[in-house]
Amino acid sequence: MTIVDADAAHDAERVDLSPSVSDEVKYTTCYMCACRCGIKVHLRDGELRYIEGNRDHPVNRGVLCAKGSAGIMQHHSPARLSQPLLRVGERGSGEFRAIGWDEALDLATSWLDPIRKEDPRKLAFFTGRDQSQALTGWWASQFGTPNHAAHGGFCSVNMAAAGLYTIGGSFWEFGEPDWEHCRYFMMFGVAEDHDSNPIKTGLAKLKERGAKYVAVNPVRTGYAAIADEWLAVTPGSDGLLVLALVHELLRAGKVDLDYLARYTNAPWLVIEDPGADDDGLFARDGDGNPLCWDSVKDTAVNALEAGIAPALKDRVTLPDGRSAVPVFHLLAARYLDGQYGPDAVADQTGISAESIRRIAGELAHAAFAEEVVLNVPWTDWAGRRQEQMIGRPVAIHAMRGISAHANGFQTCRSLHLLQMLLGSIDVPGGFRYKPPFPKPAPPGLKPAGKPGDVVPGQPLGGPPLGFPQGPDDLLVEANGAPCRIDHAFSWDAPMSAHGMMHTVIANAWRGDPYPIDTLFMYMANMAWNSSMNTSDAIAMLTDKNPDSGEYKIPHFIYSDAFYSETVAYADLILPDTTYLERWDCVSMLDRPISSADGPADAIRQPVLTPNRDVRPFQDVLLDLGVRLGLPGLLNEAGTARYPGGYPDYLANHERSPGVGSLAGWRGADGDSHGQGAVNPAQLDRYVENQCFWQDELAPEQRYFKHANRDYLDYAVKMGFIGAAQPVVLQLYTEALQRFRLAARGVGAQQPPEAQRKRIERFFDPLPIWYPPSAVDGTAAEDFPLHAISQRPAAMYHSWGSQNAWLRQIHTANRLYISESVAREQGIEDDGWAYLESRHGRIKAQVRVMAGVNERTVWTWNAIGKRSGAWNLAADAPEAEKGFLLNHLIEDLLPPDGNGERLPNADPITGQAAWFDLRVRISRAPAGAGLSEPAFKPLPLPPGVAPRPAMLRYGARFKGGKS
Amino acid sequence: MQPAYSVIFLTTATGAGYGLLALLGVLRAMDRLPDERAFGLLALGLAVALISAGLLASAAHLGRPERAWRAFSQWRSSWLSREGVLAVAGYGPAALFAFAWLVLQRNDGLWPLAGLAAAALSMVTVYSTAMIYRSLAAIPRWHHPLVPWVYLILALATGALWLNAVLAPFVSDPVGHALARAICFAAVAAAWLLKIAYWRAIDGAAGGSSTASATGLAGIAGGAPVRPLDPPHVQDNYLLKEMGFAIARKHAAKLRRLTHLMAFLVPLVLVLVQTVSAGPVSLLAAALAAVSVSFGVVVERWLFFAEAQHKVMLYYGADSI
Amino acid sequence: MTSLPKQAPAKRLGLVIDLDTCVGCHACAVSCKEWNTTGYHAPLPDADPYGKDVDGVWLNRVHGYETGAEGNGRTVYFPRSCLHCEEAPCVTVCPTGASYKRTEDGIVLVDEDICIGCKLCSWACPYGAREFDSDGGVMKKCTLCIDRIYNENLEEVDRQPACVNACPAKARHFGDFNDPHSKVSELTAARGGVELLPEMGLKPTNRYLPPRPSAKVGDGASLKDAAAGAGGFLGWIDRALSR
Repeated sequence: MTIVDADAAHDAERVDLSPSVSDEVKYTTCYMCACRCGIKVHLRDGELRYIEGNRDHPVNRGVLCAKGSAGIMQHHSPARLSQPLLRVGERGSGEFRAIGWDEALDLATSWLDPIRKEDPRKLAFFTGRDQSQALTGWWASQFGTPNHAAHGGFCSVNMAAAGLYTIGGSFWEFGEPDWEHCRYFMMFGVAEDHDSNPIKTGLAKLKERGAKYVAVNPVRTGYAAIADEWLAVTPGSDGLLVLALVHELLRAGKVDLDYLARYTNAPWLVIEDPGADDDGLFARDGDGNPLCWDSVKDTAVNALEAGIAPALKDRVTLPDGRSAVPVFHLLAARYLDGQYGPDAVADQTGISAESIRRIAGELAHAAFAEEVVLNVPWTDWAGRRQEQMIGRPVAIHAMRGISAHANGFQTCRSLHLLQMLLGSIDVPGGFRYKPPFPKPAPPGLKPAGKPGDVVPGQPLGGPPLGFPQGPDDLLVEANGAPCRIDHAFSWDAPMSAHGMMHTVIANAWRGDPYPIDTLFMYMANMAWNSSMNTSDAIAMLTDKNPDSGEYKIPHFIYSDAFYSETVAYADLILPDTTYLERWDCVSMLDRPISSADGPADAIRQPVLTPNRDVRPFQDVLLDLGVRLGLPGLLNEAGTARYPGGYPDYLANHERSPGVGSLAGWRGADGDSHGQGAVNPAQLDRYVENQCFWQDELAPEQRYFKHANRDYLDYAVKMGFIGAAQPVVLQLYTEALQRFRLAARGVGAQQPPEAQRKRIERFFDPLPIWYPPSAVDGTAAEDFPLHAISQRPAAMYHSWGSQNAWLRQIHTANRLYISESVAREQGIEDDGWAYLESRHGRIKAQVRVMAGVNERTVWTWNAIGKRSGAWNLAADAPEAEKGFLLNHLIEDLLPPDGNGERLPNADPITGQAAWFDLRVRISRAPAGAGLSEPAFKPLPLPPGVAPRPAMLRYGARFKGGKS
Repeated sequence: MQPAYSVIFLTTATGAGYGLLALLGVLRAMDRLPDERAFGLLALGLAVALISAGLLASAAHLGRPERAWRAFSQWRSSWLSREGVLAVAGYGPAALFAFAWLVLQRNDGLWPLAGLAAAALSMVTVYSTAMIYRSLAAIPRWHHPLVPWVYLILALATGALWLNAVLAPFVSDPVGHALARAICFAAVAAAWLLKIAYWRAIDGAAGGSSTASATGLAGIAGGAPVRPLDPPHVQDNYLLKEMGFAIARKHAAKLRRLTHLMAFLVPLVLVLVQTVSAGPVSLLAAALAAVSVSFGVVVERWLFFAEAQHKVMLYYGADSI
Repeated sequence: MTSLPKQAPAKRLGLVIDLDTCVGCHACAVSCKEWNTTGYHAPLPDADPYGKDVDGVWLNRVHGYETGAEGNGRTVYFPRSCLHCEEAPCVTVCPTGASYKRTEDGIVLVDEDICIGCKLCSWACPYGAREFDSDGGVMKKCTLCIDRIYNENLEEVDRQPACVNACPAKARHFGDFNDPHSKVSELTAARGGVELLPEMGLKPTNRYLPPRPSAKVGDGASLKDAAAGAGGFLGWIDRALSR
């Protein structure tokens, strides 16, 4: 034996190479953000040993992000609430008394029951980053209040609405780039994303294949860091950049006319009859079908028919003698105008004309010179067999950087316009729908809550959210006043498909349009980073009626698993569980986990039993519904219909016959999918299948879903759409024109006088660009810089400040400024600066960087925390050095000429425009090195565990022997 | 590098102790020291006390001091292990030396060999200590050929000044022990020159590594600097606390001046004063010289840490080390 | 023994880290923390975990760098962990034998049962790969998940370091650099994988793949006007449709 072998033998003895990992493995779905990855949770002696990605899961294929791996720390956070709490001090004092669940639910019932019987609108029920909106929306309808929405109004409704109205699908998490075939990929305004792991994996695939990836983002971090080209666009000007690309492509004739004629409304005829009630609407036949001009038959024909030869240009005379013109003709005329030329937009966008021209050339090259051909025969909606799938391999993804501007809806529509012109929607190499999308553009669902819809003691006639297609669908009183507390679906924001959570507190405080009684919120940190302006929200939550001495918002019920800043401002706290202690549902009715290759949904199952007196919010909501006697929650005998709580509801509730929360293993035997009778053992089947269900589309169903007969038939069978009709992509959005006509005096429902101009200007049926200042009126000369925030990958949607591991990565945030701003202002790296907006001033510590648009400052959002909240030490860096930009952002715009204060939002969708913040910067003295403003520390509520001085997680697992 | 007080105390105290022990061993072998027990007890006692206190203090630097005994095992590769082994081994000849002097009162035959062996081991131990630093290529200012010499000569200089201080009362010459004074002069002057040479060398040395070479990004940087944007974690971690210590140039210059003064100039002047004065003044001067050099060497050793840059800082914002 | 193996190890296990696709998401770092705080190096403590001076032991840390000028250049994310050097100075300085390089696969480990916490190994390492656990008084470091890669209790596909399994951007690869056909060897050859601080001569095993040159599409020229012919752009439509 040689010496080396002796060493090897010695080494081998020194370490146990096969220690036991765990004694139990449970599968569930991650909830550290909105990505919904599959996870394998390893337990040893009933304790969390290790959480890893599930290799079989369609979302993450085994990978897991920083947040997912830090789930252990989330579960063991000392910020967890442990029992229901009743406020005993003033709001904001943080003084609570621990109470039992019966007392808590009795109290909630005693507040809610009278208002349901008197005026259900007095309940405003809004949820934050919750993923059970199918339940919460239904519950709100059952209660009878239209005042319900989730947080989409400040998250990404511009993306969802623009997509759904335009292409019947959306970026967001309802579609994805074709990572396998894409040759050119542009990503707009994404630092981190709902689809975080698939995007990372997808980018790696693109780069391996040598595809080009262009990041359009004022900041070069995260995904933008690895782009082949970074375009440091000026915030809010993306739409102009896109329209300049459109201009270039049109100028060069690099558009897919065939695709446009087949799949979009490019040939549809638009009536040209200024002053008429239908000016700018589509010319239609007697059955309401849109018309186009058949260039062979030389007559107007039903545009939805197969076998026609639609003309894309030239003004025609309709049978009634009026003139009409194809959408494409209008479109070409508009975007060929010099105002969209690269030279005209370079200054505004911060992108050189030369770069814009080159990128347009690259797009055209990728789309037309590198087309992708899959030899997969398929059949179109009209039954015509196609031998191949031919794709234009240009894909686009966009998110918050587009969304959170007051021009975000039109900007997102511009992106879809670019995609349609290139013929790259749901084609090989392009953007792909994830089932259940595409849906009709827009989906047929209308919001309920018109004046007659709200009846005391009765459910609302339908869901509170939907897609208005014209003034008649608005929720407004006869005098034009909003019906909803958040002013959604009013003339303030007619197409606010996700509601406007960001306006609720301000409007409830103002009593506009009416005072409410109870504000009920879940997982929404409205007294901190989730409101537009933190100090204003706090002031409104704590403001009292001088006459009665009562709070202006009389009752505030809040459910959260953790001691977030908002807890201190609520009256009754219903403590939730962590994500490892509950059932949950990632439903096809809400935001499923599908991929472009097939639908999928998922559940969460409890992996651990709570060691605290807490209950899953969904269970509590169902219980409360029974106590209130909500009809859908009771069976005929008047007892609880879902006595088993949320899991009972998930398996047994049917939204409509055969359609429930979960699509997999329906039917008594569990052998039907999509639709089918209730299967009482459905959840067992999910658990057996690692907590998810997926169905794989056949190769011939995977592309052209909007016009693919096999796919459309499948979608009908699954219950995704009502009829196997093609989804015609909408270059021209007629709904916008209907609102515009109302502004011109057409119809019964017209905007108030003061709003007419704004509706006329912004509701253009073809995508337009306008500077956000056209909405908010900020003067660029006073506030020359843009200020934006991003969520870091390790914190995106994760409530991470309480997480002992994640908070080490982002313990405090810096204000990132460009080298040129630093030079101009004499601010050094690590120095301090004041940042001032029209609305406020903050002080923050600076980091100078090169990779930022030189007129932009930015920071990581929601790192700054209120002192004492989240069970962090009062002097934690999150509180002392961290900061929020929210202090600078306005809830409401300054009063207009008529004294009206409109929301600081996109005028079309009501999307909170928090990326439109304009600021000026100046050097500040370091002083004590603390950020400003500072808030009084919050005390800890009863029942919160002490913070350990030293965390030794895993010590008990040491030396696990094999 | 973060100045580690236990290590600074270790190297300065053992340096003085080993320097003193070495001089005692050699000078007694040459029969140039008073033979009386009181002097032997005082001088040897001081040396052993300094050595032992230093070694004990070094244990305070350990995360698991109760396992310190394990450090003797890797003498074949580790200078730290060698230092430990030699330090312990040194007690043997030192004990024999003390036995011969203090108990037997003998300095004939083979007995002087005990002192000589103790002297040799003392120097080798100091050399090992120095080699712990000298061998760390990650810290270029330690990884320098002059480092062991500075350690050795400073050990001799501090040992000599302490020897001079304790000898003074025991010799009949009113100005003390001429040879000891001569050694003091020679050692302090040599140490001073060496230290100046060392400082010049490190001040002039170009950094051998950059953030670009540390990150492998030299190729894409194309000569442009690679600058940190965000550290991995916002608050300081072990690496930054241990290796991220940086001293302002101005502050370092001040401390270098203090070192020049206290470690070198003042001791030389005080030994001169000792030489030209007599009685209590002379005794006091000798004692103050020893105190001064000890303080000066502590400052020198603090600077040795504070001025040392660790290459890991290339990842945390240093552009060249 | 803290002497390095007398013969070159049969295998040279290590990582390839792709700086072209790393988006700095910290997945690898947190996954590493999670596995190792309950695994070989349990626990990896966090001091003051919810307070001002939070300071945890992490075996993998992700830096962000910028290079180039304003409006140009690049942001690069850079995960840093032990490189398992062939000439590992952290091993030879160890006075107790706690630090060692495995003979069979070259992995550098700390046997924390005999570590005295002298920190010298951390001083010796220019890469900052060693993390002192001041609570336990011992040194910890990346083990390449020695308790995963050979673990018969795991499915074979999972026998990889936790960081490699977790990485969503596929920026981390694990394998044997002695095998020229391993993924790590092939990637290193194909993409010009570099070693860090080559001037130190420590022969680190891990390699970093530099960012790829930017992808090119087309010839970079502007588009030609299609509307030059009769009828302008709309005339072009006729011509295009009649092709």
